[in-house]
Amino acid sequence: MGETLLEVKNIVTEFRTADGQLPAVRDVSFSLKKGETLCIVGESGCGKSITSLSVIGLLPSNGKITSGEILYEGAPIHNLPAEKMRQIRGNKISMIFQEPMTALNPVLTIGFQIREPLMLHHKLSKSEATKQGIELLKQVGIPYPEKRIDQYPHELSGGMRQRVMIAIALSCNPGLLIADEPTTALDVTIQAQILDLINDLKDKLNMGVMMITHDMGVVAEVADRVMVMYAGKKVEEGLVEEIFNNPKHPYTIGLLNSVPNVDDPDFELEPIPGSLPSLNEQITGCRFHARCKFASDICRNKEPQVVSVSDTHKVSCWLETEVH
Amino acid sequence: MAVAEQKKTTNAKHEPKVLLELEGIKKYYPIKGGILQRKQGDVKAVENVSLKLFEGESLGVVGESGCGKSTLGKAVLGLEELTEGKIVFQDTEIQDLKRKEKLKFVKEMQMIFQDPFASLNPRQRIGHALEEVFTMHTDMSAKEKRKAVIDLLVEVGLKEEHFYKYPHEFSGGQRQRIGIARAIALNPSFVICDEAVSALDVSVQAQVLKLLKTLQEKYQLSYLFISHDLGVVRYFCDRVLVMYLGNTVELGTVADLFNKPLHPYTQALLSAIPRPSVNAKRKRVRLQGDLPNPANPPSGCPFHTRCPIAAEKCSSEKPAWVEYEPNHFAACHFAGQPIQ
Repeated sequence: MGETLLEVKNIVTEFRTADGQLPAVRDVSFSLKKGETLCIVGESGCGKSITSLSVIGLLPSNGKITSGEILYEGAPIHNLPAEKMRQIRGNKISMIFQEPMTALNPVLTIGFQIREPLMLHHKLSKSEATKQGIELLKQVGIPYPEKRIDQYPHELSGGMRQRVMIAIALSCNPGLLIADEPTTALDVTIQAQILDLINDLKDKLNMGVMMITHDMGVVAEVADRVMVMYAGKKVEEGLVEEIFNNPKHPYTIGLLNSVPNVDDPDFELEPIPGSLPSLNEQITGCRFHARCKFASDICRNKEPQVVSVSDTHKVSCWLETEVH
Repeated sequence: MAVAEQKKTTNAKHEPKVLLELEGIKKYYPIKGGILQRKQGDVKAVENVSLKLFEGESLGVVGESGCGKSTLGKAVLGLEELTEGKIVFQDTEIQDLKRKEKLKFVKEMQMIFQDPFASLNPRQRIGHALEEVFTMHTDMSAKEKRKAVIDLLVEVGLKEEHFYKYPHEFSGGQRQRIGIARAIALNPSFVICDEAVSALDVSVQAQVLKLLKTLQEKYQLSYLFISHDLGVVRYFCDRVLVMYLGNTVELGTVADLFNKPLHPYTQALLSAIPRPSVNAKRKRVRLQGDLPNPANPPSGCPFHTRCPIAAEKCSSEKPAWVEYEPNHFAACHFAGQPIQ
């Protein structure tokens, strides 16, 4: 693990809606090193996808980063003009989406779509790009790449399509790969193959990987570090061992206790009551207090500070503040 | 409802009583082609499935997408016409019943779908949508229906004021609760859950699983629980059926199947699950390739193309469905042989 690749400092991403400006990401900071996998976990709607879209500059037209900064290899990328950002996207930073069928264009061949970034970013000729495209397909484990390259997305299975997506994302040797729920739509056997593939390629290419998921099993499998988000805020961050063996925030504990354990028949599920608040709900104090069984008066009134449990393990919770 | 109540009182927990029996269920979809649209072959979605479901039990059905688990569920409910086979429900053969006679059993068998939002009319208030169930099957007055619906909403953890809300006002978990309310409205004895919790966030998923368990204890429900999530199945079910390419490959109690799986496919499935723990890093068996095309299934054992221990025999001879241990069935020439 080497130098810092990505640094996100206090970003706030807001959406312009009929109800006014709504913040989806509230003052989130994190960093990522080369060759490291950071998993962002949380329920749907907690802001994890918006965080990643903010990094790659693909926010919907009514969304905007209103404060904070994002540094890629030390240079700011959050305020780049569209044309500059386009040169980075797909080249230095690329992304894999959850649904490969919606991310691939159904009327263009696999070959066309894999050649496109190579020809645009690396200025290869069509025949060179085809050659390299076949190499890439081979690298992600697609059998008969020479045949597949002329096929259309509908001719491939779900796992194969996700492999194609990965091949396209990796075509320009990016430094940072963002994977937004890359295996949620896949079967477990295929999921295992894809996770292995991402892990292998990460080591081989020394990429930073930012993986967004809600599956704690996937997290345990691939992550070096974990960041837990709740309602737009980072609530806990730490090494994967710290998060699984010594979770501090009641929300993290809740997430871990709501996953049925395959190996333990006597495991009792402990669901987190209630559901995620909506974006425009005004919450004072800790954003989790309404669903937290340990909530006290201070939680309802004052926002908790970030407490360091160790050098790498940080949590925002009043329970921990009192301990220290 | 009277039938159901009577049955439930007489069935105090003694011997497990068979509620549903499937005998050699087959469901083929014809492939048509050519100018005359003649039949050219079949997609064998469900191939010769036989099993028994006992009262008050949860039977999990697992497998990769396209293995026929959903088709099996639909076939049992009569939403898909069988190509062959018998369905015996409460000692009556129901597969060839006339519409009217079938209605009696429809009340007893219900289904919870993956996405309840897709099956709700977006312009109809939830209360009114649920009232329709009673309008169809009972002769309650408007007042009685309203009361029954409110009772139902409370039963599944919603509130009285939700009666006048529209589907879009509910979150995913709440919608699934509505789907459950609709399914249990007529006091059924058998409910099919088709990926009922797959689309939910883990925290909400745990809430819904708890609700389903509570309802099962209260009303002695039997579940056919179709899922691809083995963790959920282990938590929720009593027995598990593993399917591959329309075939049943293994059936056993949760303890047997998870602790000593016989079929290599079951072993591979179990080993592929990402474990939410960082301490037990263990060696995994990775299956190569994808599910073969069900229109053109492999000869012999359907799994031999991906099986790590396949031998010559496997590609020519289809393994029989054998009871290797009491209540533990598998279809494999080398059942019980570890694949690592």
